[in-house]
Amino acid sequence: MYLRGPNGSGKTTLLRTLAGLLRAETGEIRWDGKPIHQVREAYHHELLYLGHLNALKEDLNPVENLRMDAAVRANPLAEDAAWQLLANIGLRGCEDLPVKYLSQGQKRRVALARLWVSRAALWILDEPFSALDVASVDALQAVIRAHLSRGGMAILTTHQEVELTSGTVCLVTLGSDLPEVRHA
Amino acid sequence: MQNRLINWFKFSSPATFYPLARRLAPIFWAIAIVLVAIGLYMSFFVAPVDYKQGDGYRIIFIHVPASWMSMFIYLVMAGWSAIGLIFNTRLSFMMSQALAPTGALFAFISLWTGSFWGKPMWGTWWVWDARITSELILLFLYLGYMALVAAIDDRRRADRAGAILLLVGVVNIPIIYFSVKWWNTLHQGATIKMNGQTSMDETMLLTMLIMALGFWAYSIAAAMVRVQSIILEREAGSTWAQELIGERA
Amino acid sequence: MLETLAWIVRRDVTIALRRRTDVFTTLIFFVIVISLFPLGVGPDLDTLRLIAPGVVWVGALLASMLALEQLFLADHRDGTLEQILLAPQPLPLLVIGKVVAHWLITGLPLVVMAPVLGLQYDLSAEALEVMVWSLLLGTPTLSLLGAIAAALTLGLRAGGVLVALLVLPLYIPVLIFGAGAVEATTSGLGGSAHLSLLGAMLLLALLGTPLATAAALRVSSG
Repeated sequence: MYLRGPNGSGKTTLLRTLAGLLRAETGEIRWDGKPIHQVREAYHHELLYLGHLNALKEDLNPVENLRMDAAVRANPLAEDAAWQLLANIGLRGCEDLPVKYLSQGQKRRVALARLWVSRAALWILDEPFSALDVASVDALQAVIRAHLSRGGMAILTTHQEVELTSGTVCLVTLGSDLPEVRHA
Repeated sequence: MQNRLINWFKFSSPATFYPLARRLAPIFWAIAIVLVAIGLYMSFFVAPVDYKQGDGYRIIFIHVPASWMSMFIYLVMAGWSAIGLIFNTRLSFMMSQALAPTGALFAFISLWTGSFWGKPMWGTWWVWDARITSELILLFLYLGYMALVAAIDDRRRADRAGAILLLVGVVNIPIIYFSVKWWNTLHQGATIKMNGQTSMDETMLLTMLIMALGFWAYSIAAAMVRVQSIILEREAGSTWAQELIGERA
Repeated sequence: MLETLAWIVRRDVTIALRRRTDVFTTLIFFVIVISLFPLGVGPDLDTLRLIAPGVVWVGALLASMLALEQLFLADHRDGTLEQILLAPQPLPLLVIGKVVAHWLITGLPLVVMAPVLGLQYDLSAEALEVMVWSLLLGTPTLSLLGAIAAALTLGLRAGGVLVALLVLPLYIPVLIFGAGAVEATTSGLGGSAHLSLLGAMLLLALLGTPLATAAALRVSSG
């Protein structure tokens, strides 16, 4: 599902509400038919949220960051698996540099590396394509496609469309009334 | 049962509560003025002179009810907060906020009159007595709550953050009181003995109760006035508030 | 679950070791505050012995309070707090991890430093020992209580001052029994009752405060 709208139309607010970080003023968000604040742990088990912020610790290196993050997610990541993962997404050589020495684009890629090891069913991504170079955009599109073809769901705000091979795409533009649904 | 529930929740909406608060405020003002006037008259002219403390003791007719109220209001605020957190009713948080300045005022009055009482009795303005110290800490808790709520711009966050703080405070108050008491006895410091119940004259008790009820009515009246402005401020954007402002203008 | 807790502790301690200045500022503040009192009160050892327990404890209180603002702020700024809030684990448990790390970084150094400062006040060996025990049992309670205030004031402009206002009244029982333990020892009464009460408060705080902190974090990040 793509979420669109001009700046300030509430895209991020909506995503944060969907993730359960914000409390809905009216109405209710449900997961599996139950309000998310009642099934918080089960819901968060199936959720991967990436906001504007990279959620990386500047003083830790990418490997430490990813392993820490995986541990909090209850989806532990072995040290060599983390090295492998970083090499796969083109960050070889940055593995043991503190994150503060990386460029914006590299930081974003480390943050997005979580997607490659995610077991969550629902991805909520806020502007995942920002600050990425062309090759990384392609890689990210590929991983989102793979996730969807496995039956996963993704809700993202973006200006870049993912080319999909299958499944249902729903385009929601904030400020307009009806979502536009397309089949790829 | 179902009906009663609906009725309760009807008044939990600020729009319906606002007119109610407006009607109740003058009634409670009137009750407060009458009761406090009677109470003051009794405490100055009816209650007998204490054989040990002379006329100076009369300040307890303000001091003691003010202390009661300061503690009671904190409990009420915590109660409203718990209701607000459980049922997600905005009005409950507004009530807590409307009560806070009154509670702080009573805590302050209690300390102020306490020190006025202490000067002629013990020759010092301040005694580190367990009760006075606890009252001082209570005043700090009130100030902390008001400062926190005022510091947060997002009203929803302010409501909930304040509510959590009040509940934490309410759990801690017995621990604080107990530890201050222990500290006080350990250091064998000053302990203020009120006239024991046995020597408490009936008119004195009655006077104190009338004053307490008067303060009670005052607290309700003040809270009703304050909650009106809180509601208007928060709901300024809503249609009913706009209509009301239009009517007045 | 405990593994996650260990990870959080490890992460925060690693970061603190890589930015040592933060650890030292708290410690140096503690040392300076305590060294100021003799300058204000006068160097008479009898007086100093008398005020030592209170001074050391008030110093510890202020130092641990000073460090509180940082407890969740860095995580809030870089977005890791969001990930912690969205973790499929009980939030109070993760909060305990954060607080344990915070105590190791800011509380434990105070405990280690306190006997040295106690010597400046001519405290007996016995009193120093009780002081270390009282701080060891008391400062974690301070961190646990402080976490609530840190969570409530997260990201506010007046954060630092506000934390002081919120947290100091709650610290009073710990101050009374902490300083009381040392004083009871110097006056020959023995401080074990005080120490047991400090232990009891630590247990209570460990059970209760993480829930309040977790609730406050959800409110503040929303």
